Amino acid sequence: MRVPLSWLSEFTPLDVDAADADGVAALGAELDSLGLVVEAVEHVGGGLAGVVVARVVEIRPIPGADRIRLALVDAGGDEPVEVVCGAWNYVVGDVVPFATVGAVLAGGVEITRRKMRGVTSNGMLCSATELGLGADASGLFILASTGTADGSLPAGLALGTPIAEYLGLVADVVYELEVEPNRPDCLCVAGVARDLAARRHLPFAIPQPVVAENGPPVGSLASVVIEAPGACRRFAARVVTGITTVASPRDVQRRLILSGMRPIHSVVDASNYTMLELGQPTHPYDLDRLPGRGLRVRFARPGETLITLDGEARVFGVERHRSGGERPVDDLLICDADDVPVGIAGVMGGESSEIAPGTSAVLIEAADFSAMAVGRTARRQQLRTEASTRFWRGIDPEGPVRAADRVAGLIVAAALAAGAAPPVVAAGVIDLQPTPVVRRTIHLRPGRLNVLLGTSLRTDAIAGYLAPIGFATEPDSAGLAVTVPPFRPDVEREVDVIEEVARHLGYEHIAPTRKRSPGVGLLTAHQADRRRLAGLVAGYGADEAWTSSIVNPGHERKLGTGTAPVELVNPIVREESALRTSLLPGLLGCLRQNASVRNPAVRLFEIGHVFAHPGAGVTLPVEREQLGVVLGFDGDGAPEAVRLWQGIAEGLGLADGGLGLVQDQPGSRAVLAGAGALGCHPTRTAAVAGADASGTVGTVGFVGEVDPAALEAFNLAGRRVGWLVLDTVRLFALRRREGRGPVLSRFPSSDIDLSFTLDSSVPAARLGSVVRAAAGEYCEDVRLVDVFRGPGLSPGLRSLTFRLRFVAPDRTLTDADVAVARARCIAAAEAELGAGLRG
Amino acid sequence: MNRKRADGDEASAGPPNTDVLRALVAGARQRITSAEDLAALSAVEAELTGRRSALATWKRELGGLDEAARRELGGELNEKRRVLEALIAERRAALVEVARAGVLEADRLDLTEVIPAPGPGHPHLVTRIREELEDIFLGMGYEIAEGPEVETDWYNFTALNMPPDHPARSGQDSFYVDLGDGESVLLRTHTSPVQIHLLERGVLPIYAVMPGLVYRRDTPDASHLPVFHQLEGLVVDRGITFGDLAGTIETFTKAIFGEDVRARLRPGYFPFTEPSAEFDISCTICGGVGCRTCSGVGWIELGGCGLVHPAVLESTGVDPEVWSGFAFGFGIDRVAIMRHGIEDMRAFIENDVRFLAGC
Ligand SMILES: [Zn+2]
Repeated sequence: MRVPLSWLSEFTPLDVDAADADGVAALGAELDSLGLVVEAVEHVGGGLAGVVVARVVEIRPIPGADRIRLALVDAGGDEPVEVVCGAWNYVVGDVVPFATVGAVLAGGVEITRRKMRGVTSNGMLCSATELGLGADASGLFILASTGTADGSLPAGLALGTPIAEYLGLVADVVYELEVEPNRPDCLCVAGVARDLAARRHLPFAIPQPVVAENGPPVGSLASVVIEAPGACRRFAARVVTGITTVASPRDVQRRLILSGMRPIHSVVDASNYTMLELGQPTHPYDLDRLPGRGLRVRFARPGETLITLDGEARVFGVERHRSGGERPVDDLLICDADDVPVGIAGVMGGESSEIAPGTSAVLIEAADFSAMAVGRTARRQQLRTEASTRFWRGIDPEGPVRAADRVAGLIVAAALAAGAAPPVVAAGVIDLQPTPVVRRTIHLRPGRLNVLLGTSLRTDAIAGYLAPIGFATEPDSAGLAVTVPPFRPDVEREVDVIEEVARHLGYEHIAPTRKRSPGVGLLTAHQADRRRLAGLVAGYGADEAWTSSIVNPGHERKLGTGTAPVELVNPIVREESALRTSLLPGLLGCLRQNASVRNPAVRLFEIGHVFAHPGAGVTLPVEREQLGVVLGFDGDGAPEAVRLWQGIAEGLGLADGGLGLVQDQPGSRAVLAGAGALGCHPTRTAAVAGADASGTVGTVGFVGEVDPAALEAFNLAGRRVGWLVLDTVRLFALRRREGRGPVLSRFPSSDIDLSFTLDSSVPAARLGSVVRAAAGEYCEDVRLVDVFRGPGLSPGLRSLTFRLRFVAPDRTLTDADVAVARARCIAAAEAELGAGLRG
Repeated sequence: MNRKRADGDEASAGPPNTDVLRALVAGARQRITSAEDLAALSAVEAELTGRRSALATWKRELGGLDEAARRELGGELNEKRRVLEALIAERRAALVEVARAGVLEADRLDLTEVIPAPGPGHPHLVTRIREELEDIFLGMGYEIAEGPEVETDWYNFTALNMPPDHPARSGQDSFYVDLGDGESVLLRTHTSPVQIHLLERGVLPIYAVMPGLVYRRDTPDASHLPVFHQLEGLVVDRGITFGDLAGTIETFTKAIFGEDVRARLRPGYFPFTEPSAEFDISCTICGGVGCRTCSGVGWIELGGCGLVHPAVLESTGVDPEVWSGFAFGFGIDRVAIMRHGIEDMRAFIENDVRFLAGC
């Protein structure tokens, strides 16, 4: 919303001069404090010396140029002046602003004589924006159209007049406001002025429009029927005849421009001006082009069509589904007396009854259409207009008649100012109101207000904040009976009224208090574990990544047989249209991204949610939190991933080091068939299995390498990438070492190394368990310290060296004690796995 | 080894006079200081003070003198021995120091030639900021609540007092998924559904913050990602006031941005709070005077807040006449951007390790 200071001042004596920087800033701060966010403050007017009013008398193409033309303009001198111009919205006879050589435009651009394509340009024809007069930069600012190079000029317009003088430019300030959805009353100048007047304790009034009725009764000229009373609660209409469309008075034009609209002619301008001023959209119809000289308000029949003012042919009453089917919908239309659509209620009028240069009789519609009816149709038609926005937010249901009066008054005033024949205003207003407006009353408890705001306002002070913004109050048993003004449809309950009081008290005047929780702030066990996990992985050497959970479904397919992902029904692009089922594709994408800028080596991890389709009858997807780590350093691979897992198990204090790795043996794919093994290397991946506190053993994730095929799919072929994926909830549920400190023996321990030769198809972990079981009660630790393949060993065999540590709690073990245990280990390895002791 | 012992020969010639002793010390001093290493010094030491040295021999021969001469010469011999021993000790200390210096020098290492090992990795900047924020609220006695990222429209909109026609519900602004009836399951557009889950839990009072990923249907650009991190807070207790909200905003913004930062509340609009407010902090670049970062206004918008709308409490079965509360929310990524001067948010999800390690 663009609001000129001069216009605000018409409703309340703000007494702020546009040149007074401090006063302008203070007013801006007050608007902010009222919740009307000032997005920009524009200083306009002043300057523009050397810009004059000129008429285009001839337009010539420039050979070899298809985007610019040569215009000859009459700026009141003896000879037309040649100007090169790139705009296309003007014709011969149009009166436009002409910046002569030496003129300085808004923003400090100085106009010089320039030569383009062999033609000299002696100045520049200007848009409103170039003059600092508003937001319209789409073409030249057409001041008037005279039809021909020597057509009669509007009264008071002399070619060569400085533009500032012609437009009556005065220094002004435009506040650009962002108006929140709950403040429909501030979508007009009067509403903003009301809020400011209340804050400044100034008088505020909306002047009663003056309309001199001098025609026949309106009922004899036109008729209106409401067939959809639920969607059209009020319909007011005035009729003005004997009109010639003229240019609006300068001040009206100036304000329209400052508000970001383009002046058209007196009738359309009057409608727009009224909407900006009072917030009530109106629509003028050419009464002579309305068959039957009447209007009917009704819902569209399925498939009905209308060509709107923007030239679009539109279909109403049906909506096409995404799935392809159609269903009937309620679109509120305005039809002529013959029941043919002539406009979309509250959104946009139709082409057939548009006001044209020859229009002489106008029916002015000022209605209250329901927010739902207008909002839904505007959305379906993708047609958001100034009018539809205001209806959607909610207008003042008591405002239509005043708005119709204002439009009629402005039309008459424009004609008189331009010296045209005075129009004839029909006597009376058509005013249909199927549902009378009932003002809402809300009971406000001052005690409740003070409890919620933390204030101690007296009842009369509360009433004092409410009265200036239209909320009448009267004491009742509960405190105050508050009557909500009709222009505040958003205020529905007590707390809404409390907000109004807080707003006008000023949030900055509510003292901050320190409220502390009575509880103790603690991370949940899961949150604490997750922080520990992230710390372990980062400490190991991986950087934490953040990849999007919205992924390319094709990538998931590339990685193998992953289950079908949950898909978005309305993605922005196809490449980001599914919810990830694994962290792997995202992380591989990061490796790829880093490789593309030649970052030498990368280890990355992420902790995030993955999603899977739920079973039948369940609405929400299965959502799990996972840790994913890709190890892409040179030399990284499955061993490094296993070491990382061992570090995590140790760091989290998992009992038995997190237990076992379960790997598929040759010919089997049982382990990797499990969910979550997406993209895992078939022969270099193990499931990570462990027991939870109840002793239930399950898989918590996978460790190993990324499948070469997956690497190839991500243009990473030829590398080895270590991969670890863990389900955090299952991981954190694994049994931990007991909290009691271990009892340490004070006696020295004995270490022995045992090297076995074992068939390569038997997991080393199995031999480790056999040895561990055979070693007896004094064995404190068994760990693999060396693996050897090569000379001296038959193919298919490898040597595994375990280091065993023996210790007794109460004595130093003898060589004989250790020898007995050693012999048991050797015998068990031979008996159970055929492993031989290596000499 | 069969070296001629001049001193001994001299000594056998009878008790030495003063000149002989002085000469002995002078010669000894010369030999001690010219000993080049510890072995040479030990040999010299044996010759000068050992059992076969002149001093030892003379001492043995003292018995043959009369008492006065014995006392005089004995005292003199002892004194010369102390002098020699001191000279030897001094020389030995010097030689030990030289030897140690040689060993150490041979062991010299240029510490700037050390080849770096792969170092530790880095938590993501957003994680660090998020944990810092979490810690601030933990310190204020809040719990940290989390919830699913896919929600039904009831939790994401309806329970939050957002009417059926609210624009945020449209497929224009929110991502819906192919689950549920019609468009009813979506990627949460804020972490507010967690507030509803907390309220439904029915354990009051509530002092909680909810960090997490949220989704909006925005095309990525320098200041928008369709996926981003938010942190919301919810307090529901008896007698919670708007002043409590203002005080809480003030407390945590100072904790994040520093004691000099001021916070302000301006009226705003959210369906789930009433009264609603936007909260700003004084510009961290210019301190509130006005600069390019804050578009000259001296304030930077951080988030939204307000008292919990009674309709939200009612929708979860909490009596708004007994309980009241406040809620607030802001972007974690935005805090990261402001604190670290990040110009393009897309860097967050590009995951270039130079970025991950660099801030
Ligand atoms: Zn600043």
